[in-house]
Amino acid sequence: MSEAQTSHSNTTAKAKNWADAKPVLKVDDLRIHYETPKGAVIAVAGISFTLYEGETLGLVGESGCGKSTTAYGILQLIQPPGHIVGGEIGLEGKNLIGLSERDFRRLRWTKLALIPQGAMNSLNPTMKVHEQIADVIVTHEGRQSKEKIKQRILDLFKTVGLPARIYDMFPHELSGGMKQRVCIAMGICLNPTVVIADESTSALDVVVQRVVAQTLLKVKELLGVSMIMIGHDMGLMAQMVDRIAVMYAGKIVEIASVHSLFKEPMHPYSQVLIDSIPSLKEKKPLKITEGITHDPRNPPPGCIFQLRCPHVMDVCRSKEPVMRELKPRQEVACHLYEVDAKGEVKNVAASA
Amino acid sequence: MKGITLVYFLRRFGIFLLTVWIAATLIYIIPRMAPGDPISAMVARMTQQAGYIENSDVIIAGWRKRFGLDDPWYLQYGRYLKNLVTFDFGYSLASFPTTVKEIVFRALPWTLGLLSVSTALFFFIGNFLGAMLAWNKTPRIIKGLIPVSMIFTSVPSLLAALMLLYFFAFQLGWFPSLSAYGRGIVPGWTWTFIGSVMWHAILPIMSIVVVTFGFWTLGMRGMMITVEGEDYVTLAKAKGLKPFYSLYRYTIRNAILPQITALALTLGTLVGGQVLVEYIFSYQGMGNAIFTAIRNQDYPVIQGTSYILILTTALAVFIMDMIYPLIDPRISHEGN
Repeated sequence: MSEAQTSHSNTTAKAKNWADAKPVLKVDDLRIHYETPKGAVIAVAGISFTLYEGETLGLVGESGCGKSTTAYGILQLIQPPGHIVGGEIGLEGKNLIGLSERDFRRLRWTKLALIPQGAMNSLNPTMKVHEQIADVIVTHEGRQSKEKIKQRILDLFKTVGLPARIYDMFPHELSGGMKQRVCIAMGICLNPTVVIADESTSALDVVVQRVVAQTLLKVKELLGVSMIMIGHDMGLMAQMVDRIAVMYAGKIVEIASVHSLFKEPMHPYSQVLIDSIPSLKEKKPLKITEGITHDPRNPPPGCIFQLRCPHVMDVCRSKEPVMRELKPRQEVACHLYEVDAKGEVKNVAASA
Repeated sequence: MKGITLVYFLRRFGIFLLTVWIAATLIYIIPRMAPGDPISAMVARMTQQAGYIENSDVIIAGWRKRFGLDDPWYLQYGRYLKNLVTFDFGYSLASFPTTVKEIVFRALPWTLGLLSVSTALFFFIGNFLGAMLAWNKTPRIIKGLIPVSMIFTSVPSLLAALMLLYFFAFQLGWFPSLSAYGRGIVPGWTWTFIGSVMWHAILPIMSIVVVTFGFWTLGMRGMMITVEGEDYVTLAKAKGLKPFYSLYRYTIRNAILPQITALALTLGTLVGGQVLVEYIFSYQGMGNAIFTAIRNQDYPVIQGTSYILILTTALAVFIMDMIYPLIDPRISHEGN
């Protein structure tokens, strides 16, 4: 119990001294396209964000908005016909884009690890669980004694709450939650700088989901890694992350701390997203159904959300909004707000 | 839990016995559905040659008794099954004092040798090329050349055998054109003999391999592409494993499993294709024996050789079934 309390105070301490936090991963104007015969699908249309040391950043948005593509872009796992068109990814001050495959392979897992949606088939069905963890250790650290590796894997199992008896098992002999925890153990085995968790809990039932989420949190606090969490479960996000980046159609429309985003979402899409969290008290109609999404090959000029936005204005159809820090640590890309000479934020629609 | 369980073994062995029994019964029934019977056919042949035979009724009755054709069907059938178990198929009609057993066991090693070597070759070559076709680090030029090498795939092995025979044996004279070893060489464990056998086997093996491997190449390529889309292969890349290791341990290891299943299924057809190839090269294997027997209407030999071919094929499938759980850890569970 005491562990949970300390970890909680840790988080608050971090949140307070945010200005001193050291940036670990800096994504700048990342663009990823999928080439199709009818033109390039713009999956990620120039997104920028910074991940600080020890921070957990949530990446949310509807299916197909490019969250996973962003993550896979950072890890350089985009499969053709997809490819990174432009942008920079800086890891501890070093640009990762343009590194040779050989050089980048050495950074994989030691610096950037992935926790996939492992309940399904992220584990090789023909290899025993321990072999799949051992091979990454041996690849990056060189040969070492079998007992040493075994002890290390068993320690990892203990950390993520797995019984030692699964050491010699095959993936098909494990439950979904166990497989997911094997993936977490694998993800942290080299003590990476950044861990990307790609919808790590979405294929599990709520109880297991909760256990896995707690395992993730515990591991994160234990190792102090920076983490990017991708998902669409807003409730889970609220408990797990420090900041949330809301993505829509390949762009980040708002980045804010969890607290401010849930309390006062500024971008109309964030508002709809928060509003669509089911509530027991009232049955709310879904507001997002209005309007259609645009063709991702041919985005309209101006704001990408214009077709579905309840507050759409003329300027939205011609001019693309840029990210502005409207409140401390809350960046929004929307024409709806204006900053007057005194530095106060005004809602244009409300005043008109 | 892991590996081969007793239940799995017994079940597969039961299937093996069942296959052999059904096949043997079919071999038993089919000739008996044809009109007439072998004795009157033989007497008719003799009448044709000699004009008139005295007391042919007595001869027929005597033979029917001698071969047990007057017994009730279940006795005949039981005797037939018993003979199968002891590999006693009686005498060859065409070359009388020789027993079918002798003919079969003289021919079997040649066929098994040819078949196992060519199977191993086309399976290895096919899967290797298929994996190369799918791997993203294979040089372009190789990826372009592999499909060209598969032009023979659309040709039956018989035709490929004729073409190889024409070019390499008659035109170029590089390889011998017939038999399984050189004339005048005494069979035995001598280097001359072994060398000669290998030398004679090259063209028959090639004519099976060139027409077959393309099928496996395409199958493997398809499976490789499927497996490369699996999450665990993406994760292997994210883990920064060495490309060759992850190709072998993650992609090929999983892609080859359905190929092995397919191999077990195609073993039967393979034997069929071999019959004609052996005949073209006058290779003294089972195929040639069957072919000669059919031409001579030598029923006991046809029965015996067919039975042995079915038995060996079923045995090969059974062995494959036993190996499979060792290759795919998920299988043994389904046997429980």
